Formats: sequence, structure tokens, C-alpha cells
Amino acid sequence: MPEAFFTLLVFQLIGTAAQAALNLPVPGPVIGMFLLAALLIWRKSRASRREAHSPLSPDSEPGTSAASPALAALSRTLIACLGLLFVPAGVGIITELPVLSANALPIAVALFGSTILGLMVTALVMHRATTGGAAPEKLPDTGGQVL
Amino acid sequence: MTDQASGSIHSFYVHTLGTPGTESLFWLCATLAVFGLGMRLQIRLGRAPWANPVLFSIILIAAALFVTETPYATYFQSVHIINFLLGPATVALAIPLADSIRLVTKSLPTMTLALLAGSVTSVVSGIALVLLFGGSHEVALSMAPKAVTTPIAIAITSQIGGSPALTAAFAILGGIIAAMIGETTLRRLGITDWRAHGLAAGIAGSGIAAAQVAQRDPVGAAFAALGIGLNGLVTAILVPVILHFLPG
Repeated sequence: MPEAFFTLLVFQLIGTAAQAALNLPVPGPVIGMFLLAALLIWRKSRASRREAHSPLSPDSEPGTSAASPALAALSRTLIACLGLLFVPAGVGIITELPVLSANALPIAVALFGSTILGLMVTALVMHRATTGGAAPEKLPDTGGQVL
Repeated sequence: MTDQASGSIHSFYVHTLGTPGTESLFWLCATLAVFGLGMRLQIRLGRAPWANPVLFSIILIAAALFVTETPYATYFQSVHIINFLLGPATVALAIPLADSIRLVTKSLPTMTLALLAGSVTSVVSGIALVLLFGGSHEVALSMAPKAVTTPIAIAITSQIGGSPALTAAFAILGGIIAAMIGETTLRRLGITDWRAHGLAAGIAGSGIAAAQVAQRDPVGAAFAALGIGLNGLVTAILVPVILHFLPG
């Protein structure tokens, strides 16, 4: 567990340092996420290449993570309560209540309208293009509905 | 609640829970308790996305701050460790992302297209709807980057002349809306693929909507993580360009 937490913090540190040093427009933790993902993917592909030489290769079964069990568990825990982490910043909305209520109608319409439009356009483009091509790979839990 | 009752709650708070030794612990416990309650409620309601625990917690904590006459700055200071965990939690999205890399590379061209379309739609419709319904220029500018993860949204809004505080509020409210109605809306359109759900949540609702999808499915988590990261990049580049072509 300490090692897993260390991994996350070190990659956040690297990302934040890179952001500061190179003046990047993306926040440090997001850079750290891409870097850690790249490392995990690289390590996994190296490992599977090595395994390919042995006759008993347990060809990367589904369910095995590229991360160590501890890191995978910590990641699952953090992601499961991701919403909680937005509460401290979210309560900050109360400091903007006067401006929000003074412009309530345009803000409400734009927030709802633009969010729904953004969701629909993204998902529809993604959906059209993926179903237009070859048969999609079998995906876990799609609500019972086949594509 | 009468003034007298609220006054006595306030004085009780000041002399017991609001002392320097207990204040931080009290608000940490309150935040965890309220969020835990919100999650139980959502599960009790059949995991209904509209029963969003983030919104539930924000409302209850805001009410508690009001009753105890605690300034928001004091509250944020007390629970800043929760806010701090956002960093490592964002990095943790690397794990589902790495585990879904085959699906990601497979849908790369489609994803790029969906990303650009969703990004432009979010920015343009946000600005247009505010102006159409009589909102001020400042509100419109602050609305432009609202779908992006908060730190990037704030950087963009200060660059184009919006209000960072307003943008932060819009980003959170937009995320809550996307989390509450996103999945239902997309399912109604016949979209059942977690790749599309995840990407849409990441692009149109950033962190809070991603949190909703991520706890439902690991592939959704991977595509939401990508959506957040890539949309930040694309919007930072697009918003100044779009504003250039806008009248006024």
C-alpha cells in the first residue's frame, strides 16, 4: 500500500514539475496520469513479449491488470470515491450564489443545454463510427443491450 | 428553523465543535458522513444516476455552514486533505486506461472525431445559449470552457477575460448535470457502449461525470480519463480560435 501510494504521488510530482518547467497547458496530475499509463503499457508489452517465448504462456488473461495488485486495489478504491473528492471545491459554489442567481435563467439554460448537447454529440459520433465498422469487440455490461 | 434555535446551534458549535482542536476533524467527519449517506441513498434508489451524492453533499454541507455561520474559507481549510486526494486519484485513472489500451488504440480515429465534435459543441453552445437568454458577456466567456477539468478551465477563462470563480462553479454544476442525466439520456438514444458513455462523460462533464461512469465500468473509466485529458488540451487551443470568429 505505501508503495502504491508512492507511485501515484511520484507521478503527480513528475507531472506537476513537468507542467511548471515546460509551461504546459495541462494540469500536473493529468500529465502524471498519461505518464503512468505509458509506463504500465510499456511494462506489460515487454512482459508479454518475454512470455511469448515460453511454451506455457498464459496469454494475458482478461482481468489481469498491468499494475501491481496493490496499485490496482488503491486505484479502484480512489476511483470508487472520486465523487467525494469534489465536495470541498463544490461547496465553493455558495460563494458565487449572488452572481448565479442574478443570471439564473441564461446560466441554467446554458448549463443544461450545452452539457446535454456536448454529451449527445460526443457519444453519437463515437457510437455511429464504432457500429459502422466491423463488429465491435464484446464489451462488459452494456446494460443487456447488444450493439 | 427559528432564529433562536439557529443561534443556539451556532453557539454550541462555536464552543465545542468549532474550536481550533476540533474544527478540522468535525468538518472532515461531516463531509465523509454526508457523502456516505448520499452514496447509500443512491444505492437504495437502485443506483439512480440522478441521486447524485456530490450534489447531495454540497447542499447539506452548505446548509451546515450556514447554520454554524462558518465561512467557506474555514471549511475548505478544514477539509483540504480531501481536495488534495484529487491529484493522486487523477493519476490513478492511469490504471484502467492502461488496462483498456487495446480498445483505446482500436477506436483512436473515431475518438479523435468525437472529441473534436464534442469539444466544439460544448464551447459554442455554452456561449450561444448564455447570450441568447440575455446573459452578460462575462457569464458567456466564463461558460465557454466549463466542460473542461477545473484547473484547465480556470486557466482558459482568465486568458479570455471570464471570471475564474464563476467558471469553477459552472464546471462543477455542469459535471453534476452530466452525471445525473448523462447515462439515461444516452441510453434513450440507444447508446449502450461504455466507450461512448465514458468519453462523453469525460468530455462534457469532466471529473464529476467521470466519477459516475468510472464506478460503473472500468472501460468507461478508461475512456472518461482520456476524455478529460484530451478535452483539456483541445479546448485550450479551440476557445481562443472560436472567440476570434464570434461577434462582439
